[in-house]
Amino acid sequence: MSFNLTLIAQMLAFAAFILFTVKVVWPHMLRAIEARQKTIADGLAAAEQGHKSLESAKHRAEEAIDQARGRSAEILGQAEKRAAQMVEEAKHAAQQESEREKAAAKAEIEQEAARAREQLRDQVAALAVAGAEKILRREVDAKAHADLLESIKRQL
Amino acid sequence: MASGKDFNATDYIQHHLSFFRAPLGEGEFWTLHVDTVVTSVLLGMLGLGLVWWVVRGATSGVPNRRQAFVELLIEFIDGQVKGLFQHGDRHKFIAPTALTVFVWVTLMNAMDWLPVDVVSGALGLVGLHEWRPVPTADVNATFALSISVLLLSIYFAIASKGLGGWIHELFCSPFGKHPLLWPANFLFNMVEYVSKTLSHSLRLFGNIYAGEILFFLLWLWAATGLVGTFFGFLLGLGWAIFHILIVLLQAYIFMMLTVVYIAMAHEHH
Repeated sequence: MSFNLTLIAQMLAFAAFILFTVKVVWPHMLRAIEARQKTIADGLAAAEQGHKSLESAKHRAEEAIDQARGRSAEILGQAEKRAAQMVEEAKHAAQQESEREKAAAKAEIEQEAARAREQLRDQVAALAVAGAEKILRREVDAKAHADLLESIKRQL
Repeated sequence: MASGKDFNATDYIQHHLSFFRAPLGEGEFWTLHVDTVVTSVLLGMLGLGLVWWVVRGATSGVPNRRQAFVELLIEFIDGQVKGLFQHGDRHKFIAPTALTVFVWVTLMNAMDWLPVDVVSGALGLVGLHEWRPVPTADVNATFALSISVLLLSIYFAIASKGLGGWIHELFCSPFGKHPLLWPANFLFNMVEYVSKTLSHSLRLFGNIYAGEILFFLLWLWAATGLVGTFFGFLLGLGWAIFHILIVLLQAYIFMMLTVVYIAMAHEHH
Protein backbone atom coordinates (compact mmCIF):
# COMPACT_ATOMS: atom_id res chain seq x y z
CA MET A 1 0.00 0.00 0.00
CA SER A 2 1.89 2.97 -1.26
CA PHE A 3 0.83 6.26 -2.71
CA ASN A 4 2.46 7.34 -5.90
CA LEU A 5 1.91 9.10 -9.17
CA THR A 6 -1.01 6.77 -9.91
CA LEU A 7 -3.07 8.85 -7.51
CA ILE A 8 -2.53 11.99 -9.58
CA ALA A 9 -3.17 10.17 -12.83
CA GLN A 10 -6.39 8.71 -11.49
CA MET A 11 -7.54 12.09 -10.27
CA LEU A 12 -6.93 13.57 -13.70
CA ALA A 13 -8.81 10.70 -15.32
CA PHE A 14 -11.67 11.19 -12.87
CA ALA A 15 -11.80 14.91 -13.64
CA ALA A 16 -11.82 14.19 -17.36
CA PHE A 17 -14.64 11.66 -17.01
CA ILE A 18 -16.69 14.02 -14.86
CA LEU A 19 -16.20 16.79 -17.41
CA PHE A 20 -17.24 14.47 -20.22
CA THR A 21 -20.40 13.39 -18.42
CA VAL A 22 -21.29 16.90 -17.31
CA LYS A 23 -20.75 18.51 -20.69
CA VAL A 24 -21.68 15.79 -23.15
CA VAL A 25 -23.59 12.82 -21.80
CA TRP A 26 -25.97 14.36 -19.30
CA PRO A 27 -27.33 17.27 -21.36
CA HIS A 28 -28.04 14.90 -24.27
CA MET A 29 -29.99 12.51 -22.12
CA LEU A 30 -31.76 15.25 -20.26
CA ARG A 31 -32.89 16.80 -23.54
CA ALA A 32 -34.33 13.52 -24.77
CA ILE A 33 -36.06 12.80 -21.47
CA GLU A 34 -37.46 16.30 -21.18
CA ALA A 35 -38.69 16.23 -24.77
CA ARG A 36 -40.43 12.95 -24.06
CA GLN A 37 -41.96 14.29 -20.88
CA LYS A 38 -43.26 17.25 -22.84
CA THR A 39 -44.66 14.94 -25.52
CA ILE A 40 -46.35 12.86 -22.85
CA ALA A 41 -47.76 15.94 -21.17
CA ASP A 42 -49.03 17.22 -24.52
CA GLY A 43 -50.52 13.84 -25.29
CA LEU A 44 -52.26 13.78 -21.94
CA ALA A 45 -53.57 17.29 -22.49
CA ALA A 46 -54.82 16.30 -25.95
CA ALA A 47 -56.48 13.23 -24.49
CA GLU A 48 -58.11 15.41 -21.86
CA GLN A 49 -59.27 17.76 -24.59
CA GLY A 50 -60.63 14.83 -26.60
CA HIS A 51 -62.37 13.55 -23.53
CA LYS A 52 -63.96 16.92 -22.96
CA SER A 53 -65.11 17.29 -26.55
CA LEU A 54 -66.47 13.76 -26.49
CA GLU A 55 -68.38 14.71 -23.36
CA SER A 56 -69.83 17.80 -24.97
CA ALA A 57 -70.66 15.91 -28.16
CA LYS A 58 -72.47 13.31 -26.08
CA HIS A 59 -74.32 16.07 -24.32
CA ARG A 60 -75.31 17.63 -27.63
CA ALA A 61 -76.38 14.29 -29.02
CA GLU A 62 -78.54 13.72 -25.99
CA GLU A 63 -80.11 17.11 -26.43
CA ALA A 64 -80.80 16.41 -30.09
CA ILE A 65 -82.34 13.06 -29.24
CA ASP A 66 -84.48 14.67 -26.56
CA GLN A 67 -85.62 17.30 -29.00
CA ALA A 68 -86.42 14.72 -31.65
CA ARG A 69 -88.31 12.64 -29.14
CA GLY A 70 -90.33 15.66 -28.06
CA ARG A 71 -91.05 16.55 -31.63
CA SER A 72 -92.12 13.05 -32.53
CA ALA A 73 -94.43 12.97 -29.54
CA GLU A 74 -95.90 16.23 -30.66
CA ILE A 75 -96.38 14.96 -34.20
CA LEU A 76 -97.94 11.78 -32.89
CA GLY A 77 -100.32 13.79 -30.72
CA GLN A 78 -101.27 15.96 -33.63
CA ALA A 79 -101.83 12.96 -35.84
CA GLU A 80 -104.02 11.33 -33.23
CA LYS A 81 -106.01 14.47 -32.81
CA ARG A 82 -106.36 14.79 -36.53
CA ALA A 83 -107.46 11.18 -36.84
CA ALA A 84 -110.05 11.62 -34.12
CA GLN A 85 -111.23 14.74 -35.81
CA MET A 86 -111.50 12.95 -39.14
CA VAL A 87 -113.43 10.11 -37.56
CA GLU A 88 -115.70 12.65 -35.93
CA GLU A 89 -116.18 14.46 -39.20
CA ALA A 90 -116.86 11.24 -41.07
CA LYS A 91 -119.35 10.20 -38.43
CA HIS A 92 -121.00 13.54 -38.64
CA ALA A 93 -121.12 13.42 -42.44
CA ALA A 94 -122.49 9.91 -42.36
CA GLN A 95 -125.16 10.93 -39.90
CA GLN A 96 -126.12 13.87 -42.02
CA GLU A 97 -126.19 11.71 -45.08
CA SER A 98 -128.30 9.11 -43.39
CA GLU A 99 -130.69 11.75 -42.14
CA ARG A 100 -130.90 13.27 -45.58
CA GLU A 101 -131.56 9.87 -47.08
CA LYS A 102 -134.07 9.09 -44.39
CA ALA A 103 -135.82 12.37 -45.11
CA ALA A 104 -135.78 11.71 -48.83
CA ALA A 105 -137.17 8.24 -48.29
CA LYS A 106 -139.85 9.58 -46.02
CA ALA A 107 -140.78 12.21 -48.61
CA GLU A 108 -140.94 9.60 -51.29
CA ILE A 109 -143.07 7.37 -49.09
CA GLU A 110 -145.37 10.24 -48.37
CA GLN A 111 -145.51 11.10 -52.00
CA GLU A 112 -146.22 7.49 -52.82
CA ALA A 113 -148.86 7.36 -50.11
CA ALA A 114 -150.40 10.59 -51.36
CA ARG A 115 -150.47 9.23 -54.85
CA ALA A 116 -152.00 6.00 -53.68
CA ARG A 117 -154.56 7.90 -51.67
CA GLU A 118 -155.29 10.01 -54.72
CA GLN A 119 -155.75 6.97 -56.83
CA LEU A 120 -157.82 5.38 -54.13
CA ARG A 121 -159.88 8.51 -53.89
CA ASP A 122 -160.34 8.58 -57.63
CA GLN A 123 -161.30 4.98 -57.66
CA VAL A 124 -163.64 5.37 -54.68
CA ALA A 125 -165.12 8.44 -56.33
CA ALA A 126 -165.51 6.54 -59.53
CA LEU A 127 -166.91 3.63 -57.59
CA ALA A 128 -169.23 5.96 -55.73
CA VAL A 129 -170.25 7.62 -58.93
CA ALA A 130 -170.72 4.26 -60.51
CA GLY A 131 -172.70 3.18 -57.48
CA ALA A 132 -174.71 6.33 -57.49
CA GLU A 133 -175.17 6.02 -61.18
CA LYS A 134 -176.41 2.58 -60.74
CA ILE A 135 -178.80 3.77 -58.01
CA LEU A 136 -179.92 6.87 -59.60
CA ARG A 137 -179.65 5.74 -63.13
CA ARG A 138 -180.84 8.42 -65.23
CA GLU A 139 -181.76 10.87 -62.51
CA VAL A 140 -178.38 12.00 -62.04
CA ASP A 141 -176.76 14.13 -64.54
CA ALA A 142 -173.08 13.70 -64.10
CA LYS A 143 -172.44 17.00 -65.63
CA ALA A 144 -175.02 18.86 -63.54
CA HIS A 145 -173.69 17.41 -60.35
CA ALA A 146 -170.02 17.66 -61.12
CA ASP A 147 -169.54 20.22 -58.41
CA LEU A 148 -171.21 18.04 -55.83
CA LEU A 149 -169.17 15.01 -56.90
CA GLU A 150 -166.05 16.99 -56.69
CA SER A 151 -166.77 18.07 -53.12
CA ILE A 152 -167.55 14.45 -52.17
CA LYS A 153 -164.21 13.41 -53.75
CA ARG A 154 -162.52 15.97 -51.58
CA GLN A 155 -163.96 14.67 -48.45
CA LEU A 156 -162.82 11.17 -49.16
CA MET B 1 -0.65 -20.63 -11.76
CA ALA B 2 -1.26 -24.13 -10.60
CA SER B 3 1.33 -25.72 -12.86
CA GLY B 4 5.03 -26.16 -12.11
CA LYS B 5 6.91 -27.84 -9.29
CA ASP B 6 8.07 -24.59 -7.72
CA PHE B 7 4.47 -23.51 -7.00
CA ASN B 8 3.88 -22.03 -3.61
CA ALA B 9 1.06 -20.01 -2.11
CA THR B 10 3.07 -16.96 -1.12
CA ASP B 11 4.48 -16.58 -4.59
CA TYR B 12 1.07 -17.04 -6.11
CA ILE B 13 -0.53 -14.31 -4.06
CA GLN B 14 2.52 -12.10 -4.32
CA HIS B 15 2.39 -12.48 -8.07
CA HIS B 16 -1.24 -11.46 -8.29
CA LEU B 17 -0.71 -8.52 -5.99
CA SER B 18 2.19 -7.02 -7.92
CA PHE B 19 1.53 -3.91 -9.89
CA PHE B 20 2.92 -3.13 -13.29
CA ARG B 21 5.21 -0.37 -12.11
CA ALA B 22 6.70 2.26 -14.34
CA PRO B 23 9.28 4.40 -12.58
CA LEU B 24 9.13 7.94 -13.88
CA GLY B 25 11.65 9.54 -11.59
CA GLU B 26 13.57 9.29 -8.36
CA GLY B 27 11.85 7.95 -5.28
CA GLU B 28 8.88 5.81 -4.41
CA PHE B 29 6.33 8.48 -5.28
CA TRP B 30 7.38 8.88 -8.89
CA THR B 31 6.23 5.51 -10.06
CA LEU B 32 3.06 4.85 -11.99
CA HIS B 33 0.86 1.77 -11.69
CA VAL B 34 0.33 1.34 -15.40
CA ASP B 35 -2.16 -1.50 -14.88
CA THR B 36 -4.41 0.57 -12.61
CA VAL B 37 -4.34 3.63 -14.83
CA VAL B 38 -4.78 1.81 -18.14
CA THR B 39 -7.49 -0.54 -16.89
CA SER B 40 -9.46 2.19 -15.18
CA VAL B 41 -9.21 4.63 -18.06
CA LEU B 42 -10.23 1.93 -20.54
CA LEU B 43 -13.16 0.95 -18.34
CA GLY B 44 -14.22 4.55 -17.89
CA MET B 45 -14.05 5.12 -21.60
CA LEU B 46 -15.94 1.91 -22.24
CA GLY B 47 -18.70 2.61 -19.71
CA LEU B 48 -19.21 6.30 -20.35
CA GLY B 49 -18.59 5.77 -24.07
CA LEU B 50 -21.40 3.23 -24.15
CA VAL B 51 -23.68 5.57 -22.28
CA TRP B 52 -22.71 8.37 -24.63
CA TRP B 53 -23.24 6.19 -27.69
CA VAL B 54 -26.74 5.27 -26.54
CA VAL B 55 -27.55 8.79 -25.45
CA ARG B 56 -26.34 10.31 -28.71
CA GLY B 57 -28.94 8.37 -30.65
CA ALA B 58 -31.54 8.90 -27.94
CA THR B 59 -35.01 9.57 -29.17
CA SER B 60 -37.70 11.37 -27.26
CA GLY B 61 -40.17 8.90 -28.73
CA VAL B 62 -40.49 5.28 -27.73
CA PRO B 63 -37.02 4.18 -26.56
CA ASN B 64 -35.50 0.89 -27.63
CA ARG B 65 -34.20 -1.54 -25.03
CA ARG B 66 -30.70 -0.08 -25.01
CA GLN B 67 -31.95 3.41 -24.45
CA ALA B 68 -34.50 2.25 -21.91
CA PHE B 69 -31.71 0.63 -19.91
CA VAL B 70 -29.57 3.75 -19.96
CA GLU B 71 -32.57 5.89 -19.09
CA LEU B 72 -33.37 3.57 -16.22
CA LEU B 73 -29.81 3.98 -14.95
CA ILE B 74 -29.86 7.74 -15.36
CA GLU B 75 -33.28 8.14 -13.81
CA PHE B 76 -32.30 5.92 -10.90
CA ILE B 77 -29.24 8.08 -10.22
CA ASP B 78 -31.16 11.29 -10.80
CA GLY B 79 -33.78 10.13 -8.34
CA GLN B 80 -31.15 9.42 -5.70
CA VAL B 81 -29.50 12.78 -6.25
CA LYS B 82 -32.85 14.58 -6.19
CA GLY B 83 -33.51 13.25 -2.71
CA LEU B 84 -30.16 14.40 -1.34
CA PHE B 85 -29.36 17.63 -3.12
CA GLN B 86 -31.68 20.63 -2.87
CA HIS B 87 -29.16 23.40 -3.16
CA GLY B 88 -29.49 24.33 -6.80
CA ASP B 89 -29.65 22.80 -10.23
CA ARG B 90 -28.51 19.22 -9.81
CA HIS B 91 -28.27 18.74 -13.58
CA LYS B 92 -25.42 21.23 -13.76
CA PHE B 93 -22.85 19.17 -11.94
CA ILE B 94 -23.77 16.82 -9.15
CA ALA B 95 -26.07 14.40 -10.98
CA PRO B 96 -23.70 13.80 -13.92
CA THR B 97 -20.86 13.39 -11.42
CA ALA B 98 -22.87 10.76 -9.58
CA LEU B 99 -23.45 8.97 -12.88
CA THR B 100 -19.73 9.06 -13.64
CA VAL B 101 -18.85 7.68 -10.24
CA PHE B 102 -21.44 4.94 -10.35
CA VAL B 103 -20.62 3.72 -13.85
CA TRP B 104 -16.89 3.92 -13.38
CA VAL B 105 -16.71 2.35 -9.94
CA THR B 106 -19.13 -0.42 -10.91
CA LEU B 107 -16.99 -1.36 -13.90
CA MET B 108 -13.76 -1.18 -11.92
CA ASN B 109 -15.25 -3.36 -9.18
CA ALA B 110 -16.65 -5.72 -11.78
CA MET B 111 -13.12 -6.60 -12.89
CA ASP B 112 -13.05 -8.73 -9.75
CA TRP B 113 -15.28 -11.24 -11.53
CA LEU B 114 -12.75 -11.99 -14.22
CA PRO B 115 -10.89 -15.18 -13.40
CA VAL B 116 -7.50 -13.83 -12.29
CA ASP B 117 -5.42 -16.67 -13.65
CA VAL B 118 -7.01 -16.57 -17.07
CA VAL B 119 -6.44 -12.82 -17.23
CA SER B 120 -2.85 -12.99 -16.05
CA GLY B 121 -2.21 -15.98 -18.29
CA ALA B 122 -3.52 -14.13 -21.32
CA LEU B 123 -1.61 -10.98 -20.45
CA GLY B 124 1.51 -13.12 -19.82
CA LEU B 125 1.31 -14.29 -23.41
CA VAL B 126 1.73 -10.71 -24.62
CA GLY B 127 4.61 -10.10 -22.19
CA LEU B 128 2.71 -8.42 -19.35
CA HIS B 129 3.60 -10.63 -16.41
CA GLU B 130 2.54 -8.29 -13.69
CA TRP B 131 -0.86 -6.81 -14.16
CA ARG B 132 -3.57 -6.24 -11.55
CA PRO B 133 -6.88 -6.05 -13.34
CA VAL B 134 -8.96 -4.56 -10.50
CA PRO B 135 -8.28 -0.82 -10.23
CA THR B 136 -10.37 -0.32 -7.09
CA ALA B 137 -8.16 -2.83 -5.27
CA ASP B 138 -5.43 -0.22 -5.59
CA VAL B 139 -5.53 2.44 -2.88
CA ASN B 140 -4.27 4.99 -5.37
CA ALA B 141 -7.45 4.63 -7.40
CA THR B 142 -9.85 4.83 -4.47
CA PHE B 143 -7.99 7.68 -2.84
CA ALA B 144 -7.89 9.52 -6.14
CA LEU B 145 -11.67 9.38 -6.14
CA SER B 146 -12.15 10.32 -2.51
CA ILE B 147 -9.55 13.13 -2.60
CA SER B 148 -11.22 14.49 -5.73
CA VAL B 149 -14.52 14.45 -3.86
CA LEU B 150 -12.84 16.21 -0.94
CA LEU B 151 -11.51 18.90 -3.26
CA LEU B 152 -14.93 19.23 -4.88
CA SER B 153 -16.63 19.58 -1.52
CA ILE B 154 -14.15 22.25 -0.47
CA TYR B 155 -14.66 24.01 -3.81
CA PHE B 156 -18.43 23.96 -3.46
CA ALA B 157 -18.24 25.02 0.18
CA ILE B 158 -16.24 28.08 -0.87
CA ALA B 159 -18.40 28.69 -3.93
CA SER B 160 -21.62 28.69 -1.93
CA LYS B 161 -20.46 30.47 1.22
CA GLY B 162 -17.50 32.48 0.00
CA LEU B 163 -13.95 31.97 1.22
CA GLY B 164 -14.66 34.02 4.36
CA GLY B 165 -17.80 32.08 5.08
CA TRP B 166 -15.99 28.79 4.73
CA ILE B 167 -13.15 29.81 7.01
CA HIS B 168 -15.68 31.20 9.47
CA GLU B 169 -17.41 27.85 9.52
CA LEU B 170 -14.12 26.01 9.97
CA PHE B 171 -13.50 27.94 13.18
CA CYS B 172 -16.99 28.66 14.48
CA SER B 173 -18.93 25.47 13.97
CA PRO B 174 -20.01 23.11 15.35
CA PHE B 175 -19.26 24.21 18.96
CA GLY B 176 -19.71 27.98 18.86
CA LYS B 177 -18.28 31.37 18.01
CA HIS B 178 -16.23 31.93 21.16
CA PRO B 179 -12.52 32.47 20.34
CA LEU B 180 -11.54 29.89 22.95
CA LEU B 181 -13.46 27.32 20.98
CA TRP B 182 -11.75 28.07 17.70
CA PRO B 183 -9.03 25.42 17.99
CA ALA B 184 -11.56 22.79 18.99
CA ASN B 185 -13.81 23.70 16.07
CA PHE B 186 -10.94 23.71 13.64
CA LEU B 187 -9.64 20.38 14.90
CA PHE B 188 -13.10 18.89 14.69
CA ASN B 189 -13.56 20.05 11.12
CA MET B 190 -10.16 18.76 10.08
CA VAL B 191 -10.87 15.37 11.64
CA GLU B 192 -14.20 15.35 9.83
CA TYR B 193 -12.63 16.09 6.47
CA VAL B 194 -9.86 13.53 6.94
CA SER B 195 -12.12 10.80 8.26
CA LYS B 196 -14.68 11.36 5.52
CA THR B 197 -12.02 11.00 2.88
CA LEU B 198 -10.36 8.02 4.54
CA SER B 199 -13.55 6.10 5.15
CA HIS B 200 -14.87 6.97 1.71
CA SER B 201 -11.91 5.45 -0.10
CA LEU B 202 -10.95 2.70 2.34
CA ARG B 203 -14.46 1.26 2.45
CA LEU B 204 -14.37 0.70 -1.28
CA PHE B 205 -10.76 -0.45 -1.31
CA GLY B 206 -11.23 -2.82 1.61
CA ASN B 207 -14.29 -4.53 0.16
CA ILE B 208 -12.85 -5.05 -3.27
CA TYR B 209 -9.39 -5.99 -2.04
CA ALA B 210 -10.90 -8.52 0.37
CA GLY B 211 -12.99 -9.94 -2.44
CA GLU B 212 -9.91 -10.29 -4.57
CA ILE B 213 -7.95 -12.03 -1.81
CA LEU B 214 -10.79 -14.43 -1.19
CA PHE B 215 -10.76 -15.40 -4.84
CA PHE B 216 -6.98 -15.96 -4.65
CA LEU B 217 -7.46 -18.27 -1.68
CA LEU B 218 -10.20 -20.21 -3.42
CA TRP B 219 -8.06 -20.62 -6.54
CA LEU B 220 -5.20 -21.71 -4.33
CA TRP B 221 -7.41 -24.40 -2.91
CA ALA B 222 -8.44 -25.34 -6.42
CA ALA B 223 -4.77 -26.03 -7.18
CA THR B 224 -4.43 -28.65 -4.42
CA GLY B 225 -6.22 -31.54 -6.09
CA LEU B 226 -9.49 -32.80 -7.46
CA VAL B 227 -11.49 -32.22 -4.27
CA GLY B 228 -9.98 -28.77 -3.91
CA THR B 229 -10.77 -27.99 -7.54
CA PHE B 230 -14.38 -29.04 -7.04
CA PHE B 231 -14.88 -27.04 -3.87
CA GLY B 232 -12.84 -24.18 -5.21
CA PHE B 233 -15.14 -24.06 -8.19
CA LEU B 234 -18.27 -24.32 -6.06
CA LEU B 235 -17.25 -21.72 -3.51
CA GLY B 236 -15.77 -19.53 -6.20
CA LEU B 237 -19.12 -19.58 -7.98
CA GLY B 238 -20.88 -18.76 -4.71
CA TRP B 239 -18.48 -15.94 -3.94
CA ALA B 240 -18.78 -14.55 -7.47
CA ILE B 241 -22.57 -14.51 -7.16
CA PHE B 242 -22.36 -12.85 -3.77
CA HIS B 243 -19.88 -10.46 -5.28
CA ILE B 244 -22.61 -9.08 -7.58
CA LEU B 245 -24.06 -7.56 -4.45
CA ILE B 246 -20.73 -6.22 -3.24
CA VAL B 247 -19.74 -4.75 -6.60
CA LEU B 248 -23.01 -2.91 -7.05
CA LEU B 249 -23.50 -2.04 -3.41
CA GLN B 250 -20.02 -0.57 -3.03
CA ALA B 251 -20.42 1.45 -6.22
CA TYR B 252 -23.80 2.64 -4.97
CA ILE B 253 -22.44 3.55 -1.54
CA PHE B 254 -19.51 5.35 -3.09
CA MET B 255 -21.82 7.33 -5.34
CA MET B 256 -24.23 8.18 -2.53
CA LEU B 257 -21.42 9.36 -0.26
CA THR B 258 -20.02 11.47 -3.09
CA VAL B 259 -23.40 13.14 -3.48
CA VAL B 260 -23.86 13.52 0.27
CA TYR B 261 -20.43 15.11 0.79
CA ILE B 262 -20.90 17.55 -2.08
CA ALA B 263 -24.44 18.36 -0.92
CA MET B 264 -23.22 18.91 2.66
CA ALA B 265 -20.64 21.36 1.36
CA HIS B 266 -23.51 23.55 0.13
CA GLU B 267 -25.14 23.72 3.53
CA HIS B 268 -24.76 26.77 5.72
CA HIS B 269 -24.31 26.40 9.43
